[in-house]
Amino acid sequence: MTVPAPIISTGHLAVGYRNGKQQVTLLKDLNLSLYRGELVALLGQNGAGKSTLLRALTCDESPLGGTIEIDGKNLLEMSQKERSRLIGLVSTERIQAGALTVTELVGLGRHPHTGFLGRLDEDDKKIVHQAMVDAGIIGKADEYMASLSDGERQKAMIARALAQETPVIILDEPTAFLDVASRIETMRLLRNLAHERGKAVLLSSHDISQSLMLADKLWLITTDRQVLTGPTRQLVADGAMDRLFENRDIHFNPDILDYSF
Amino acid sequence: MSHSRYVITLIALTLLLVILSLACLVFGSVDIPVGSITDIVMGEGSGNKAWDIIILQSRIPMIITAALAGAALSVSGLLLQTTFNNPLAGPSILGVSSGAGLGVAIVILAMGGSLGGLLGESVGSYIAILVGAILGAAVVLILLIAFSAIVRSNTMLLIIGILVSYLTSSVVQLLNSVATEEGVHNYVSWGFGNFSGVSAAQMPLYAGIIIVALFGSVMMVKPLNALLLGARYARNLGINVSRTRNILLIITGVLTAVVTAYCGPIGFIGLVVPHIARMSLGTSNHARLVPTTMLAGAVIALLCSLASVSSPHGIIPINAITPVIGVPIILYIILNRRRIQYFN
Repeated sequence: MTVPAPIISTGHLAVGYRNGKQQVTLLKDLNLSLYRGELVALLGQNGAGKSTLLRALTCDESPLGGTIEIDGKNLLEMSQKERSRLIGLVSTERIQAGALTVTELVGLGRHPHTGFLGRLDEDDKKIVHQAMVDAGIIGKADEYMASLSDGERQKAMIARALAQETPVIILDEPTAFLDVASRIETMRLLRNLAHERGKAVLLSSHDISQSLMLADKLWLITTDRQVLTGPTRQLVADGAMDRLFENRDIHFNPDILDYSF
Repeated sequence: MSHSRYVITLIALTLLLVILSLACLVFGSVDIPVGSITDIVMGEGSGNKAWDIIILQSRIPMIITAALAGAALSVSGLLLQTTFNNPLAGPSILGVSSGAGLGVAIVILAMGGSLGGLLGESVGSYIAILVGAILGAAVVLILLIAFSAIVRSNTMLLIIGILVSYLTSSVVQLLNSVATEEGVHNYVSWGFGNFSGVSAAQMPLYAGIIIVALFGSVMMVKPLNALLLGARYARNLGINVSRTRNILLIITGVLTAVVTAYCGPIGFIGLVVPHIARMSLGTSNHARLVPTTMLAGAVIALLCSLASVSSPHGIIPINAITPVIGVPIILYIILNRRRIQYFN
């Protein structure tokens, strides 16, 4: 059996931010691999560099060093158009789309594939429809975005990323503003998309227990600025979860998949 | 958003456009019988030289000027609102109009004239004035881009726009202090706003630039829709955000500058009409919003133009009319923003 090649792999990647002339490195020497068909949760305490790492992978900010390859090609040298067909994004940014219907919003996901004026043909419309079915938001297809609950909005944004038809979907805190039920539903949806549609799904999250229940693999940013990767169960068994937070009074309890003190 | 609502809106606006154009042709400070107007428009002449001149060289250019100015300012407002992600943005509130006005004032002074004869007689001089207006608008837009990168708050950006307006008008006042009395008078009356400043000879340039820039805005429908999702999503959809923003601001600057140079700094139309369009269509989809905004802008400007000639005691300045239409609509929008989809 051959080992499948990763869809995204980084080589000695360093990320951080530039403050005037100063460079602040948050994470360095990252050799990460993301595969199709798996849901990966990126966990770490606030300020550890979760968002910064994701912004590097989505090319919203250039890394401080190292390489990012997608499907064997250099991501950093690609045109924006090429990238837009490879990586779909879901973030928590405020959007101005309240007066778009869900169908119109999901249709925006077709942008990388449509012509100059962005008109959707029959095939595009079918893909938009299927994306709404897959994300479980088809029942609200003709509703305004403004009329949706937070959980439904997030499903619509995921459907938009699906309509983009990218092999990779990156989500920056997709469950941040959701209640518990919507969080679990969203995570399940993402897991299904990974397993059934063969997408590589990478998300950052603060929900430790839900991530541990549903993610195939974890990328853990430890307090000493290393990124530990591996199958969820294995990392939990190895006690990696105790390296996530500085506070010595809280410990990870594998029985409840959460922290206690 | 249903297709039929779009079609009905377009038909209604087109009808209004035709009716208001005809009304502007018939009503004015001089009473001309409808029969004679028909004769003049048909090219037969009415036998009354004065009437011929009023219709052909005053009323018809004024109708075209008003309709194009309304469309141009409204599209400028729409592009600014989407670009800055700010529903209360507009060319006058952000100071773009006053920047253009300052450019005009500087060029006229530099050419040794008074601040009055705003659009000179020779082709060269009015091209110089147009360039001055465009540069003035561009400086303000560049300032706004720079500030918007630093201050993230929408309200703060609006306040900065208002401050820029104050600053430019104080510079204009300083320039006025060295101008002739007649120049000051002319500049002040230009500031009132009017649609009668474009002569038939100047019309091709005025109309040409506006039509090209309006066409450009239609070409930007796809990136405009992507920008509704914010810069990060737009980038993810393959849009080059900074280039798109620059193109949008160039279109906005040109549209606002041309209208301001010829008609004065006209307030409220650019701010209000995109809201009228969004509310009547019930969508933020620019594929429908851009054409509707153009038509609605033309309609509103013709309405203002008609109102300006409705008094028996002379012309009412356009800038005395636009707030009467604009302020109630803006107040309505602010008070009801929780119920208006595009704010949520």
